[in-house]
Amino acid sequence: MKADPRGVLTGAHFLDGDHACCEGAIAAGCRFVAGYPITPSTEVVERIASRFPSVGGMFIQMEDEIASSIAIQGAVWGGAKAMTVTSGPGFSLMMEHIGLAVMLETPCVFVDVQRGGPSTGLPTLPAQADMMQARWGSHGDYEIIAFSPNSPQECFDLTIRAFNMAEEYRVPVMMMMDECVGHMTEKVVIPRPEEIDITERRFTTARPGEYLPYNLDGGIVPPMAKAGDGHRFHVTGLTHDERGYPVMNADAQEKCVHRLVDKIRNNAEDIIRLEESETEDADVVVVSYGITSRVAVKAIEMAKADGIKVGHLRLISVWPFPERRIRELSARVKAFVMPELNYGQMFFELRSAAHGATRSYLVPHGGGTVHDPEVICGKIKEAASQAQSKEVLW
Amino acid sequence: MSDEAKATGARGLVNINTELCKGCGFCIEFCPTGTLGFSEEFNSKGYHPPKAVKPEACTGCDLCGIYCPDFAIFGIPLKKKAVA
Amino acid sequence: MVSPTNPVNQYLRTDRMPHIWCSGCGLGTTVNCFVRAVEGCGFPLDRISVVSGIGCTGRVAGYLKLDSFHTTHGRPIPFATGLKLANPNLKVVVYSGDGDLFAIGGNHFIHAARRNMDLTIICVNNFTYGMTGGQVTPTTPIDAIASTSPYGNVEEPFNLPHLAESAGAVYVARWTTFHVRQVTKAMKEAIQKKGFSFVEIIAPCPTLYGRRNRLGDGLEMMQYYKENSVIKNGADPREVGLGFKGKITCGKFVDRERPSFLDQYNTKMTERLGSSFKPYKGVL
Repeated sequence: MKADPRGVLTGAHFLDGDHACCEGAIAAGCRFVAGYPITPSTEVVERIASRFPSVGGMFIQMEDEIASSIAIQGAVWGGAKAMTVTSGPGFSLMMEHIGLAVMLETPCVFVDVQRGGPSTGLPTLPAQADMMQARWGSHGDYEIIAFSPNSPQECFDLTIRAFNMAEEYRVPVMMMMDECVGHMTEKVVIPRPEEIDITERRFTTARPGEYLPYNLDGGIVPPMAKAGDGHRFHVTGLTHDERGYPVMNADAQEKCVHRLVDKIRNNAEDIIRLEESETEDADVVVVSYGITSRVAVKAIEMAKADGIKVGHLRLISVWPFPERRIRELSARVKAFVMPELNYGQMFFELRSAAHGATRSYLVPHGGGTVHDPEVICGKIKEAASQAQSKEVLW
Repeated sequence: MSDEAKATGARGLVNINTELCKGCGFCIEFCPTGTLGFSEEFNSKGYHPPKAVKPEACTGCDLCGIYCPDFAIFGIPLKKKAVA
Repeated sequence: MVSPTNPVNQYLRTDRMPHIWCSGCGLGTTVNCFVRAVEGCGFPLDRISVVSGIGCTGRVAGYLKLDSFHTTHGRPIPFATGLKLANPNLKVVVYSGDGDLFAIGGNHFIHAARRNMDLTIICVNNFTYGMTGGQVTPTTPIDAIASTSPYGNVEEPFNLPHLAESAGAVYVARWTTFHVRQVTKAMKEAIQKKGFSFVEIIAPCPTLYGRRNRLGDGLEMMQYYKENSVIKNGADPREVGLGFKGKITCGKFVDRERPSFLDQYNTKMTERLGSSFKPYKGVL
């Protein structure tokens, strides 16, 4: 299915990441947004508020993030593609409802334009410190899909991908932007609508009276319904069976929840998106994501000038984590270096995936600005020379 | 059954699903004609369901039905007998 | 005695009966009223959606054979807002309890009322959090005993009709589960009314609130409602607050007109943007 031309501003634009994210959502078919202002994400919904009336969308500024994060789900069950937008403190408030979206299997997109934390932190400055929260923030067992754009262009492209993945797997998808990418203005090329692939929602073909909301129909993702079509379905956040009815026992839990986890785990290879360069015979591989990846490119250039064989693995999707690729690389590289705008988050996944086969070195940074490429370069050199030395991970 | 009921002069017939009943007593209390009373019997959950103690008094108004929190009882009006 | 089918069964998920509510609980009675209200309201059943929160009242959604959503604690109203705005052709009813709607959900209630979102809110007020064992709620009267106010509640409770009216609701009524005919009529009027409609139904929780406060069983609490209700249609909502073991003022208190959120949105946007703006009628 191709994008609706009414929502696509084909052409070359000069946009910041927040604005590009808005355009990506509209191009993807998003027509309902509920949000609450929070720096540095507010521009996304400001542009949505301005653009939606002319594309037939509905934007409502809700009373808080908790309301926003569930209003979008009501809209999805009414047939819409929906998104909400926030930053750290709001993301924290939304956690319960991310779990609800997981449990009800509501396709929707959550955008977190990360800023310095914890708590009120550094509202106007970048960080990448919500990365673990994106994966583990809600209670209970679940898996999530998350993307990390490193440019306004990617804010456009990956928002479309986020919507498509949400529909494909009936999950909430996290767009993990940051203040730097969100407020950075660059060229964004918006293609023609026929060049944009959109994944449509898979609705049930069952006749009214025969539809079971979580009947798998042979797959792992059940076909969806929407209110008003005569199916008279019931869905609940309680552990449920294929009828959508609550069932309170261990057997039901296993059947219900294990599949929610497997939906993502079994399809990880289709979901994961990576960008690799010169990892084939690298001694050190820098693993990075988001805005930090752009600084890493510079650091790698500097290290290579010093004769070190450095490759770069950029995580475009951050969750599910590319465990298999890291394991493959760890068999032959001497060390991984991970710069992140935090004191260690995705690093723990990296180290775990490397599984002791190679060293992992963290380049932490509390946020507020981006890394100094010299610091990353320094760590690359340390990693290259200390690759055989004692276990020192950071 | 309707004929039996009609024979008593009842204008309505009450239907009771004894297994759904939780013995709350609303129907008995709020029946406007005193048709209902507690049965001596128990259902499988140990509750005393109602029974029509004065079936001839039933008008089929269905107040019992609307009060019942367990959907265990309802009343239906019977058609009037044709006048000879 | 073989019983013919209860006519309300077509509106219920009979495969889930008997329900979990206690003997003498007023919830099933409210559901009987709701089913009859829905029968007579003129909307096709396929277009009616029920959204509930968490609690005993929240379980209503699961027993009705309509499109129904059992969401999170306190949040059925924003969910319902999204549902209604995505498809304004739906009739969306929120069916939840006093704690869910007015403690954790309080903020959402007042904003939806302020916006005059076209929703019907059915609040079953049993003055307690029943599902979790009978804790105090924002409607529990002063002096009433609850598991988290074992020496008696000290806080002034909300006067729900007053709160609803002040926040902007266009229809406000209160009845008890004794008043089955009036409850049915109020629910029907609230469903048919465009805008934010609120119906408070006082109901017995004999197992917890009733027992701890020695109010008797469900039937005795119903008899209390019968004896102590005072019907005052058009009463000033400020004056209908409830005390512990006092009189219960019932009636239709507010029935007024004001543009719903969507009507206001479309009117204003047309005024401001002119003919280039196509009035919003839903996403599809």
